[in-house]
Amino acid sequence: MENHVIQYQTVHFNLNGKDTERTVDVRASLTDMLREDYRMTSVKKGCEVGECGACTVLIDGKAFNSCIYLAVWAEGKNIRTLEGLLGPNGELSDIQQAFVDEAAIQCGFCTPGFVLTAVEILESGQEYTDEELRKLLSGHLCRCTGYENILRAVKTTMYRRLGKPMPAE
Amino acid sequence: MYDLKALYQAGTVAEAVALRLAHPEAHIIAGGSDVLVQMREGKRAGVELISIQGLDELRGVSMEADGTLRIGSLTSFSHITRDPLIRKHLNVLGEAVDQVGGPQIRNIGTIGGNTCNGVTSADSASTLFAYDAIVELTGPDGVRRQPIGEFYIKAGKVDLREGEIQTAILIPKDSYERTFGHYIKYAMRNAMDIATLGTSVNVRLSADKKTVERARVAFGVAGPVPLRAETAEQAAAGQPVSLQLAETFAQAVKADINPRDSWRAAKDFRMHIAVESAKRAFLESVKLAGGVL
Repeated sequence: MENHVIQYQTVHFNLNGKDTERTVDVRASLTDMLREDYRMTSVKKGCEVGECGACTVLIDGKAFNSCIYLAVWAEGKNIRTLEGLLGPNGELSDIQQAFVDEAAIQCGFCTPGFVLTAVEILESGQEYTDEELRKLLSGHLCRCTGYENILRAVKTTMYRRLGKPMPAE
Repeated sequence: MYDLKALYQAGTVAEAVALRLAHPEAHIIAGGSDVLVQMREGKRAGVELISIQGLDELRGVSMEADGTLRIGSLTSFSHITRDPLIRKHLNVLGEAVDQVGGPQIRNIGTIGGNTCNGVTSADSASTLFAYDAIVELTGPDGVRRQPIGEFYIKAGKVDLREGEIQTAILIPKDSYERTFGHYIKYAMRNAMDIATLGTSVNVRLSADKKTVERARVAFGVAGPVPLRAETAEQAAAGQPVSLQLAETFAQAVKADINPRDSWRAAKDFRMHIAVESAKRAFLESVKLAGGVL
């Protein structure tokens, strides 16, 4: 018989602005914990091998694939999911609204991940060229939109936040 | 859930060494972008893991008193690309690791993991070979330093001994000073792809920029482990900067490389792009160094 003891560990972290703790199975990925223990269902299980970006969350302000991140590594971290972007009465944030306005969504499965990477891009406060934006967004797969509308949603929000007019395309 | 038998988390390097000795069968996990993916694929199913993710002491780039650049083994790719010391002294490394996977992978993947997994396609490895990087390993008997060329034993196997973990990658000053380099990753896609061939070149020109004092070239996927093409390096050393030299240098790489046929590309194709990439990376390095062609 295999000598196999299920290990649990208590993790303390901040989720969308609130301090929290959970005792989790050490075998859990961060995706598992966020979806199953916190019902953060914006965190999608896509490829589960770090290729599609559907499970992307922000950890200390940077985008990570939560599917290839152990839940216990969340100890002491600040984690943000799409749910954390909503206003107090469920209002959409500017970047979410831009995805709607630009029709950057069809099935919506990739959207939470894209939006969180967009948040990291926007919070840098920098102005990026289209080429740079494409590279920054390249860790996500979208099988519906062809990416152009997603790029435009990020770009229009970037210029709006920078207070600059959007250059003519 | 990952199919792992046990997880041991190290909080310090000393704890990591103790865990390695206590659980010699356990696999080390740093960022996890290789290990966890391989667990999903079933390749490492049921293994015990020693997580060194929490060793913040191994993160960051610094310069030692003698000018050696020290890159902590857990420094992520995106951190390396942004780091001011790397940008100033070893920009080609930042450029190379900025081509690993996609942005999220570059936030979690570490240079230590990229070298310890022993794969020839690692985007950092060819540049580290081209700069004679030294691998620092810490084990029960203290710290050991080993040239990166000796660290790689064979495909997928590096010289990580009982109780050891890799703690830093060191680039000596006489290796990087006054050099300029360029890395070319040949792959089918711009993101989320493994190199079909990786080529890293760097040159040091004379004060008048007319002569190549030293040229270095190393490849990934041109053999079972990353390798240097010393015949080409010797062909360029001491020669006047010219387009003809770029051609001679590039053709000479064929003497040292040994790519194979794989589903990604044929051997002949890899030979072809090795020559072309060496030439382009050489020309770009010369331009960055201020040479006139």
